[in-house]
Amino acid sequence: MREEMATREAYGKALVKLGRNNSKVVVLDADLSKSTKTVLFAEEFPLRFFDMGVAEADMMGTAAGLAASGFIPYVSTFGVFATGRVYDQIRSSIAYTKLNVKIAASHTGITVGEDGASHQSIEDIALMRVLPNMTVVVPADAQQTCLAVEAAAKHEGPVYLRLGRPKVPPVIPEGLPFELGKAQLLREGDDLVFIAAGITVKLALEAASLMEGQGISAAVVNVHTIKPLDEALLLQLAQKTGAIVTAEEHSVIGGLGGAVAELISENYPVPVMRVGINDCFGESGSPKELLQKYGLTAEKMVAAGRAALEKKARVY
Amino acid sequence: MQAISAATVEELRLKARKLRKDVITMIYEAGSGHPGGALSVLDILVVLYYKVMNIDPQIEKNPHRDRLVLSKGHACPALYAVLADKGFFPPAYLSSLRKIGSPLQGHPDMRKTPGIDMSTGSLGQGLSAANGMALAARLNQSLYRTYVILGDGESQEGQVWEAAMTSAHYRLDNLTAFLDYNGLQIDGWIRDVKSPEPLADKWRAFGWHVLEVDGHDYASLLEAIGRANSYKGAPTMIIAHTVKGKGISFMENQIDWHGRAPNKEEYEKALAELEH
Repeated sequence: MREEMATREAYGKALVKLGRNNSKVVVLDADLSKSTKTVLFAEEFPLRFFDMGVAEADMMGTAAGLAASGFIPYVSTFGVFATGRVYDQIRSSIAYTKLNVKIAASHTGITVGEDGASHQSIEDIALMRVLPNMTVVVPADAQQTCLAVEAAAKHEGPVYLRLGRPKVPPVIPEGLPFELGKAQLLREGDDLVFIAAGITVKLALEAASLMEGQGISAAVVNVHTIKPLDEALLLQLAQKTGAIVTAEEHSVIGGLGGAVAELISENYPVPVMRVGINDCFGESGSPKELLQKYGLTAEKMVAAGRAALEKKARVY
Repeated sequence: MQAISAATVEELRLKARKLRKDVITMIYEAGSGHPGGALSVLDILVVLYYKVMNIDPQIEKNPHRDRLVLSKGHACPALYAVLADKGFFPPAYLSSLRKIGSPLQGHPDMRKTPGIDMSTGSLGQGLSAANGMALAARLNQSLYRTYVILGDGESQEGQVWEAAMTSAHYRLDNLTAFLDYNGLQIDGWIRDVKSPEPLADKWRAFGWHVLEVDGHDYASLLEAIGRANSYKGAPTMIIAHTVKGKGISFMENQIDWHGRAPNKEEYEKALAELEH
């Protein structure tokens, strides 16, 4: 899947492949199968697909019951309905029980676009990350989504898989190993490190190139697994560079930036600048316009990189 | 199902009396808990665990075992007493209820307590999980049955009705639900707080096969379960009319006993009543 493709599309295709190899995989959706792409699985495995209608809370509970009986349910709907809408169902019936449910949320972040703020989940990583037993994965491109879908099936316990609506280009080099909890260093650098996930990985690589033109050496790391965080690699990069910029299509509160700030402040305090949605709701617009308006651009990341470097200079 | 003999009724009555003592002792020793709902649901559990369900504590995780989801999880002392008596764990555990490090949590925890099929406590979620178990049985072509017990106050949770639609839509005739209809919830009589009536009509309108029984009458319960388990094409809801605090005169129909433990004097009085 080395082509431009939405991660939700890659998810749908990966599910079909997984379904062929693992008869325990079942899929549930809440009346959005054409959008989440679980329809592909439904067409090939109608008996293992359950459309729960517009009833997300019941869908989560039903998945828990299937998992308690040995199945591996993949549960899909839009990010807002897959997390906040059903938070207690996930907390009580899936996370507390440590049941083998995979929550694959499509249409996350502001790149949902024209549907507007009601449908733009900007807090889902924070909500899922705070739950004990939950693994939180944000694939960066189509190929990585396929690997994440497979890895989630092999992992015993609940997983939150964060997917997007728009097409995204391939960004992770072919053949790079994928392991849950192991971040990927995509670019070496000495002066600062961009820590990114999802669509911001590409932006981080662009920002690093821009900074190289300004004589600054920036590393880029893809943290596809936000929980558990690859603490060893991130601390090593903090020590090496002494300046950090996080970037995510999510609120700056509680997501990747929050996780990194927690890790760094406790273990190796260096400046951390967080790029993301600044504690506000989105609005209708094209994904491109929204990314521009809400500050998710390579230029904004360069500015944050410069700010981090200034803070570093002041500290040392 | 054949008529139940007088000897069987007597056997269940004695068993329930012993288990009621266990429940009261557990809550007394814990110093907190929910005696009212535990005592109202207890006779349903007795019939299920001693006369109906296909379970074996020796092979606790047998994939073909019958399942029970106690959706009204706060009534768990009744279930713990039953599971201990059936041999799922040592009876000595009962004294540890609600204490630090105990396998018996204040609400059921499937990861800590042998014999618990689903963690519950946050109301409204049990029927969805039970539906998942019933769907799993169908996928696995397994003949096990799934039982789920809901509270009447719990019927105010919207998820119950989402789940009710699912059970009926998927024609889960391998699932039997009970409503422990004791008529009381924390803030008072359920009809005064926010009436869910007409309940039988609601479940029928949602596509369920509905039966109504006296939830403390073993013969009626057994007969209803027999009818439910042989009914094809739809899930069955057995509305069990019960008495909150059943078996202890001063607790019966008293909302004060929803969620508090007896003091020493009350405990001894309760035990004395259960001697007869």
